[in-house]
Amino acid sequence: MSTKKMLRNEAPLLEVKNLETAFDIEGTDYNAVDNVSFQVKPRQIVGIVGESGCGKSVMSLSIMKLLPKGIGKVKSGEIIFDGKNLEKMSESQINKIRGKDVSMIFQEPMTSLNPVFTIGYQLQEVLFNHMKISKQEARQKAIALLKSVGISRPEKLVDEYPHQLSGGMRQRVMIAIAIACQPKLLIADEPTTALDVTVQAQILELLKEIQAVNDMSVILITHDLGVVAEMCDEVIVMYAGRIVERADVDTLFHNPKHPYTTLLLGAIPKMDEQEERLSSIQGIVPSLTNMPKVGCRFAHRCPKAMPKCFTVTPVLGDIEQDHEVACLLYETSIPREGVK
Amino acid sequence: MSAISVHKGKEKTSRETDNLLEIKNLKTYYPVKGGFFKRTVGNVKAVDNISFEIKKGETLGLVGESGCGKSTAGRTILRLLRPTDGKIIFDGKDITKVSGKSLRDIRKDMQMVFQDPYASLNPMQMVGDIIAEPIYNFTRKSKAELKKEVMDLLDKVGLPPDAYYKYAHEFSGGQRQRIGIARSLALRPKLIIADEPVSALDVSVQSQVLNLLKDLQKEFDLTFLFIAHDLSVVKHMSDRIGVMYLGNMVEVADKDLLYAEPLHPYTQALISAIPSPDPRIKKERIILKGDVPSPINPPSGCPFHPRCPMAMEECSKTKPVLKEVKPSHRVACHLY
Repeated sequence: MSTKKMLRNEAPLLEVKNLETAFDIEGTDYNAVDNVSFQVKPRQIVGIVGESGCGKSVMSLSIMKLLPKGIGKVKSGEIIFDGKNLEKMSESQINKIRGKDVSMIFQEPMTSLNPVFTIGYQLQEVLFNHMKISKQEARQKAIALLKSVGISRPEKLVDEYPHQLSGGMRQRVMIAIAIACQPKLLIADEPTTALDVTVQAQILELLKEIQAVNDMSVILITHDLGVVAEMCDEVIVMYAGRIVERADVDTLFHNPKHPYTTLLLGAIPKMDEQEERLSSIQGIVPSLTNMPKVGCRFAHRCPKAMPKCFTVTPVLGDIEQDHEVACLLYETSIPREGVK
Repeated sequence: MSAISVHKGKEKTSRETDNLLEIKNLKTYYPVKGGFFKRTVGNVKAVDNISFEIKKGETLGLVGESGCGKSTAGRTILRLLRPTDGKIIFDGKDITKVSGKSLRDIRKDMQMVFQDPYASLNPMQMVGDIIAEPIYNFTRKSKAELKKEVMDLLDKVGLPPDAYYKYAHEFSGGQRQRIGIARSLALRPKLIIADEPVSALDVSVQSQVLNLLKDLQKEFDLTFLFIAHDLSVVKHMSDRIGVMYLGNMVEVADKDLLYAEPLHPYTQALISAIPSPDPRIKKERIILKGDVPSPINPPSGCPFHPRCPMAMEECSKTKPVLKEVKPSHRVACHLY
């Protein structure tokens, strides 16, 4: 409890304000991320959950400025990291931060390492980019990093190629690369989705350990609510490009307010209960080109939908301290005049 | 040879014991070719001596991590792969060696639902034709009859009638999986082997498909072999569960027994590794070291011993057999 209070008063490390990221599809812009705002405090682990197509990965790419060129772009909004607005920075300024202060782990450990370079080379590349360091030192540092992510024979492994490693080992190498310069913020995009459960347990344990040792903030993007419950301090639930609910992990799992969150929690088979039927959500997520222009994007699947849900766009409002919901069932979500 | 066949007794046939499917010491090896003449230089022991049975109307879940041989086992039972050794007894008939017309006749009674709904439907065929094809193959019904039957199936799996005239790409993942399920139901099979039917789907859609499978099982009196890596999904679907590791069955038990009191150290670790979707539950976690060894060169003795926290000297020497340690709870481990 005390750490939570401490976090509340601290200045945020990352602040995303009214972010809109659009994709250009045949000449028209479609918002994959629509007016999203949130904060990440120092040393906090924030989970972003949602089903495929909810915009969680696009958002992380927007923060890292890694959107595919010419197709995706940040239309409006601010991304303030450590007091600096990333949106206003030039490519070369971004390069100094990316990989050093903010780094990222991707979903596919099989494809995110370069197959033609050794593990050691790829680790040292980050070090050379961001530090003044000799070849000898870089090699020593690479070995030390591999050791810190729990790889048992780092001296041999630095000279090996990615295909010689298993999925879990590759993900460890990815983590080693990501933490090489002791970043302040680590964005982990589905870091364990491609792994088996027993290996997933190893990697999650490692991430927790590294987070504590390095005093990092972590944004953990996942579709697995189990992983979120296990790892995060705070959870953001996204649906179709918007945040529908944000709360600390205990509140979200035990007192969810948005109908989507409630249904999502009911849809997972539980290990410790026996239920005949799972709650399911009728229909599917609307595609990007088919998104309703006004109103709540979940309305046509929502069992509690009211007529106004199709005409009024709910805003994210505090229903209690540190618990935000965007649903017209709650008064705080009804937009006031003149406010978008 | 194995504990089960002894337990069952020689004279009882599967018809008397209501077993729809009996697997005895099944082995499926993939040859590894090498050298100049592409001779067989070794074997990938994908399925290495597994035995189990499925009763009529029951769902047996098969879990394990990638590479444990669960999919190979499923495909071998359907005779899509040739078993290296062992016996497959389906509905009282030994189908291990059948071929040609008799194999075709048996296939009518066992169908498969595949993992990837994007790859398992022909993109050039209309959905109506995809579902009608198996019926036409076996019955040569008239077009009108076929159409009526397909419409009926579409309705059963919760798809609108106009799906008949559409193509697979017009559907979402969950709907495609419904098409795959309709196709597998078309011949009213006795056994359906579902190989990771929901692992490509989102949670909310996954629950729709799981509910559908349960409803259909009741309606058509189906028997399922449900293969998945997600333990909570398997628990939801199955009556009994078999846990596989590196081609071997390490534990088979009623699902409640297996989750309440897992006996094999691997099962214990597997269950403890699942993140619980409740932040208030803090569980004692068994973290296994290392990765699953290669099935080309499996460890001597018990295949799990290099990673096992409770390994003894004996474990590296002799391979434990699956034996009944409690009523309806079989485990292959030297601890018992």
